[in-house]
Amino acid sequence: MKRRDFIKRVAPMGLLPFAINGQPIRAYGKLLGTDAQDFTQTDKVLVLIQLNGGNDGLNTLIPLDQYSNLTAARPDVILPENKVLSLNGLSGTGIHPAMTKLRDMYNDGKVHIVQNVGYPNQNYSHFRSTDIWLTGSDSDEVLTSGWVGRYLAEEWPNYPEGFPNDDMEDPLAIQIGSLVSPVCQGPAVNMGLAISNPTNFYQLLSGDFGETPDTWAGKELSYVRTVAHQSNEYALRAKAAAEKASNLSTKYPNGNSLANQLKIVAQLIAGGLKTRVYVVTQGGFDTHANQVDATGGNETGYHASLLQRVSEAVDAFQDDLELLKIDDRVLGMTFSEFGRRVVSNGSIGTDHGSAAPLFLFGSKVKSGMTGKNPVIPSNASVNTNLPMEIDFRSIYSTILQDWFCLNKEVSDSVLLHNFDSLGILNSSCEASSVKQVQSKAGDAYIMNYPNPFANATTIRYYSDGGLVNINIIDSRGRFIEQVVSSQIPLGTHETVFDASRLSPGTYYCQYQNGMVGQTKSLLKVR
Amino acid sequence: MARTNTSRTTSGLNAYSGSWGEAEILHLLKRVHFGVKVEDVNYFKTKTLNQTISEILAIDYSPPAPPINNYNDAFNDPVIAPGQTWVGNYNSLLNGVRMASFKRWWTGELINHDRTVREKMVMFWHNHFATQTDVYNWPNYAYDHTALLRANAAKNFKALTKLVTLDPAMLIYLNGDKNSKTAPDENYSRELQELFTLGKGPNSNYTESDVIEGAKILTGWRINRSTGAVYFDATKHDTTNKTFSSFYNNTTINGQTGANGAEELDDLLDMIFNQEEVSMHFARKLYRWFVYYDIDETTEENVILPLAAILRSNNYEVKPVLEALFKSEHFFDTANRGALLKSPVDFTVGLCRIFDIKFPNTDYVLKYDLWNIINYTAAIQQQDIGDPPSVAGWPAYYQIPLFHEIWINSDTLPNRNKISDVLITYGYTVRGTKLTINVLDYAAKFTSVAYPGAFIDEILPHLHTVEVSQDQKDYMRSILLSGQVEDHYWTDAWNLYKNDPNNTTYQTVVGLRLIQLIKYLMNLAEFQLS
Repeated sequence: MKRRDFIKRVAPMGLLPFAINGQPIRAYGKLLGTDAQDFTQTDKVLVLIQLNGGNDGLNTLIPLDQYSNLTAARPDVILPENKVLSLNGLSGTGIHPAMTKLRDMYNDGKVHIVQNVGYPNQNYSHFRSTDIWLTGSDSDEVLTSGWVGRYLAEEWPNYPEGFPNDDMEDPLAIQIGSLVSPVCQGPAVNMGLAISNPTNFYQLLSGDFGETPDTWAGKELSYVRTVAHQSNEYALRAKAAAEKASNLSTKYPNGNSLANQLKIVAQLIAGGLKTRVYVVTQGGFDTHANQVDATGGNETGYHASLLQRVSEAVDAFQDDLELLKIDDRVLGMTFSEFGRRVVSNGSIGTDHGSAAPLFLFGSKVKSGMTGKNPVIPSNASVNTNLPMEIDFRSIYSTILQDWFCLNKEVSDSVLLHNFDSLGILNSSCEASSVKQVQSKAGDAYIMNYPNPFANATTIRYYSDGGLVNINIIDSRGRFIEQVVSSQIPLGTHETVFDASRLSPGTYYCQYQNGMVGQTKSLLKVR
Repeated sequence: MARTNTSRTTSGLNAYSGSWGEAEILHLLKRVHFGVKVEDVNYFKTKTLNQTISEILAIDYSPPAPPINNYNDAFNDPVIAPGQTWVGNYNSLLNGVRMASFKRWWTGELINHDRTVREKMVMFWHNHFATQTDVYNWPNYAYDHTALLRANAAKNFKALTKLVTLDPAMLIYLNGDKNSKTAPDENYSRELQELFTLGKGPNSNYTESDVIEGAKILTGWRINRSTGAVYFDATKHDTTNKTFSSFYNNTTINGQTGANGAEELDDLLDMIFNQEEVSMHFARKLYRWFVYYDIDETTEENVILPLAAILRSNNYEVKPVLEALFKSEHFFDTANRGALLKSPVDFTVGLCRIFDIKFPNTDYVLKYDLWNIINYTAAIQQQDIGDPPSVAGWPAYYQIPLFHEIWINSDTLPNRNKISDVLITYGYTVRGTKLTINVLDYAAKFTSVAYPGAFIDEILPHLHTVEVSQDQKDYMRSILLSGQVEDHYWTDAWNLYKNDPNNTTYQTVVGLRLIQLIKYLMNLAEFQLS
């Protein structure tokens, strides 16, 4: 009997969701029975635009009400006050002159600005701060999984076993040109498909795998690449989707790599991929020197060109989504690992900073701005940095709860910290007292009940007759306990995991049996 | 798939006199080792080409410590204490756990092999004189068989052929131990000629009656099942005269009675090995093992023919052939480099050796269990050591037209990626011990590790054989830099770690990026080439 058939035929335990503290709990996994309702909100998409290098927030979103202090602090890069673009309904805040399109989108109600986004105890290293943003960790905490990866693992706990399948034929996430980012790294495996750059994507479409040398090694290389392509079912799905739809907007600028990435995203969504998250990148924001072109006016120069790129790419993308009639389903967000220093330096640039504004865009954002202008002291020094007003994880929480419709408990479990939604989206989630997670897709080899649990939970798992290893690790990847490590007879088995001595929080149950590896999250509550 | 009309080289066995440096060392070691250690490359950088080949061929023939009772917790051994060797003790009830023990032990030998070509030759002989453990089914014979191959790794091909003929595993596998004068069993006689000596090429023209006559000569050999000792039972032996075909010059081998009947085997082998084709067949197999599968007319002329001649003029000693091949301009010809697809064992054992994965030393039960992971992951890719799919060995070495491309298909390739991905991320954990690649320790072996561009240039030849484009190298650099453009961000992060290696934040900052980079390098098709 094939392993997959066995799993499907295993009789449900007859276990119904039961209550802890009066709250009904969710049922996970195919093993538990088929009464679980399908998760209905399957069509929402998140597009993350990572601005690499640390975008200078103070020259992007300008506090018009403090211009003299701002000019005193950063005379070498200060934008001419009369060139700053105003935003409807915001008297004290303007936007960089290069971002006319984004200004228009804001005025049309398609942008929500969040001020002073950061985290306590700012880390000024690119690597650390990028990791913090992508993993959702505290500043003094080291996590190796990404917040998106953990979210996707929550939605599809069986991934990758039995994937792709009829319930989910498509990649869960796609990263384009995003440097093999850890944002989609789940507790065990990476949950996304990486297309390293748009060129590779077009190669994938055309079946051209790049040049190989005219040697026997080159011939074998071609062979392996062909097999790799044919075995990559996700790449083939992406290709099929891209062939079904074309971009409709005429606004996409040439020579704009962010626009090229977003074009692909629009094409894939319109082509019918059920992929939930896309990650695209624009680099170059580390403007330590020559941030502006003094001779042309500080509103011109390098940073201006980057912001213009972002503005035009996002505008074209939104236009395309509307023309393709998929704009209701897509939420976009720009973010950067930190802002930049209040004072300018001696190289006509700025050094690493802290909190900065962040933009959410799409048809379903509430128009407006959250937060207030940062306060620029009159005696700003090289040590002055902007304090955080909004923790970046509140924005993630907003997305998880109000866009992807997780309830707060699950959202907190994904974020590994407790954060509330900011309530800045205009989307609705299906009203239901019991939020069910779509987890039927794929093959479940391990699950646990109850979940969440206070003291103990039963782990139910399958063995092919060989060696089974089940480890419990904490959210930081630290080994807690080995629950099983021996030859287990063929079939389904159970073991009780006593977690009474552990602190409440998210843990992971890592299972290995032969070539099958599967990791499930466990939520211990008080 | 369409074959490109790539021109092949005309180089032959003349001694290579080109440059001798890291590129040449990596090429050689990738062929003679199962995965190349950084330390071994650095070691041979201090030696000349000739010194290197000498050392590679300076095989230590003292047998390694044999497999032990690692299974006592699962299955109590009434005679052999835990940790002691079960070799020499026969107990059919323990066959299952001991066969598992044997395969794990052999995997350990592969992972820990020394700088010589010994283990590659053991595998070569195993593929050549193919046997299958799940047919003869005795772990003791499995051990004895590979010990035999190991003891003769680069010695005499003709002598080894006789030893294999009378090896219990082979005798059972090809029915030699049932071969009787009443109705001679042709199995071994056929494979001896078709696979082990003459081959099936156009110049190999032994006939069906040669197979029959050979079978008669081979009658009478038996195995004492309780000791594994092989003996000759004259009462079962066909004592008639055996006459062979014109291919063998109508040779007659006189039948002998009594114990002398055993000597007919020597006459048979003398007759077979008189044929030049034996040395040609051997040379082709060796070529396909160490160089490439395609043997065009020029290669046959310039390489196979002379190698075969060297074998014959040295009375079937294998070492001079290996020496001539490894020192040749053909072997180092750039047209021939990097073209072999890694076998599953090359790939999986290779991961352990390339990245110097640490195995526990004191807990042998755990060590055998961890070796098991390497063993079965290679088996899933269709190379289960001890069990090739048939007496012809693994099809990658003979099946026209794909040859080694057979190793890579839409099932095995994703599995390879999965294995390397798991090893570099969360690893395989057994009883709390994790088998995983320590990227920090690995990166530290490279002197330019602190400088992204130089580090990538230094590490790429170790992991790949074909140069990647500058675009690709830039992309790789951007992985290390997380998209930043200034190299010093990486340098600073590495130095922070180096100066405080126990700091978990510093470890993770550089570790995460190294994992992403090396994982990317292993996911590229280039990583499958050797």
